Amino acid sequence: MPDLIDAFAAAWQLVLTGDPTLVAIVSLSLGISLTAVLFASVLGLPLGALLAVLRFPGRNVLVVVVNALMGLPPVVAGLFVYLLLSRSGPLGDLGLLFTPTAMVIAQVVLVTPIIAAITRQVVEDLWQEYGELYTLDGVGRVRTVGSLLWLGRFGLLTAVLAGIGRAAAEVGAVLIVGGNIAGVTRTMTTAITLETSRGDLTLALGLGIILLSLILAINATAQFVRNTARRAAGI
Amino acid sequence: MTGLVCSLAAGFLLALMSSSVVAQPQPFITVASTTSTEESGLFGHLLPAFAKDTGIQVRVVAVGTGQALKIGERGDCDVVLVHDWAAELTFVEHGFGIGRREVMYNDFVLLGPKGDPAHVYGGKDIVAALRRIAAANAPFVARGDDSGTSKAELRLWSEAGIDPKKTGGGWYRDTGSGMGPTLNAAAAMDGYTLSDRGTWLSFKNKRTLTIAVEGDRRLFNQYGVMLVNPAIHPHVKQELGRRFIEWLTSAPGQQAIADYKVGGAQLFFPDAKGAPS
Repeated sequence: MPDLIDAFAAAWQLVLTGDPTLVAIVSLSLGISLTAVLFASVLGLPLGALLAVLRFPGRNVLVVVVNALMGLPPVVAGLFVYLLLSRSGPLGDLGLLFTPTAMVIAQVVLVTPIIAAITRQVVEDLWQEYGELYTLDGVGRVRTVGSLLWLGRFGLLTAVLAGIGRAAAEVGAVLIVGGNIAGVTRTMTTAITLETSRGDLTLALGLGIILLSLILAINATAQFVRNTARRAAGI
Repeated sequence: MTGLVCSLAAGFLLALMSSSVVAQPQPFITVASTTSTEESGLFGHLLPAFAKDTGIQVRVVAVGTGQALKIGERGDCDVVLVHDWAAELTFVEHGFGIGRREVMYNDFVLLGPKGDPAHVYGGKDIVAALRRIAAANAPFVARGDDSGTSKAELRLWSEAGIDPKKTGGGWYRDTGSGMGPTLNAAAAMDGYTLSDRGTWLSFKNKRTLTIAVEGDRRLFNQYGVMLVNPAIHPHVKQELGRRFIEWLTSAPGQQAIADYKVGGAQLFFPDAKGAPS
């Protein structure tokens, strides 16, 4: 127990003093994760919705694959992106390894399946409910995607939040492709890993508490926005 | 909903890009090095001094020696600074690295728990101590991660004529992780472990662990630095990399290494000499 209390004290101390290193690490963490979730949403929302409304050979296989990829281990995603971006890999000439951009790419790989899978479920439920109203052919179904996504926007917020949670919490992928370089690619989670390695468990847990609080704050904001928007929409 | 994420992300993306735009003018190199140099705080002490002298920023990726050499082999860094003499020479022989220079040394220490179940405390003979630990089936926590420390430890076991992985009994525990996590595990399991002195001195979760054996000549731990071969990887920043190597082995660099102390104790001892090997 004293360890836990010390950790809270350490977290409080870091926040109170507005430690510039901490501020940089937190901004980098949020910047990378939110950027990754933005790209993953652009890819995952339409992908999931199309999977929900279209019927084509191999659709079931694709649904299973997307669902399974929600469990993609971050370290595997990281390794995959590392091999792509390494100087000896196919995209090596871009020189992106050990940069924040590489970390965003790895997290997009991780988060897209989560958003796509949840979107597919949400939109499929809506499709079953309202599909008859559309009674359209294949091309028409594609056109309904936009309105279905809009109709399911409150449910889809959960998909985006799940993506943010995954991105902000994972360490395996960003550690490999970012390299945990101080001041360049050190995020909350890689800093926690480093402090644990140095045996400074209090500071590590303190950083963990700050990370948790941030995720909590993001979720609370989202909930607030959802409720306000619901009232405005009269749903 | 997505609007919220969009605006937040866009804001941070802008901040990210502007910060990288600001950071652009300062030249930098990427150095793959070992956890011992990073976790002990040595780089935190050296790099600002180097940046002040030369204006070059050094980005350190701290991993085990085995992985650091791999990063160099793939061309993903400009300079490698590690501590595994044999592996370094192989690296140079294969043409992956050039201009290897010795930089500094420290030593390994055998750490043990309170109670000293294998009765090795205060000894000077590391090989005899390892034999006793094996004979007592006392828990020994090993790195097992292809790092410089791991390879040094395995060489010592082989000198002792013991293959710890084959003896069974569960006393030899391979964590497959860095020095810090291994120390955390040894502290929690009341086990023996081998660590470089620098990481040990700056480690904060020691619990009952203390130094059991030190001072054996076989515990010597040499660090070497080399440039990734630009003939294989043309993008390597050879001029900046060479300046880093030259600075490390020059009088100011060597002095900066000697000046780094934790709790009054010097962690690394500069020993650069002569021409590149």
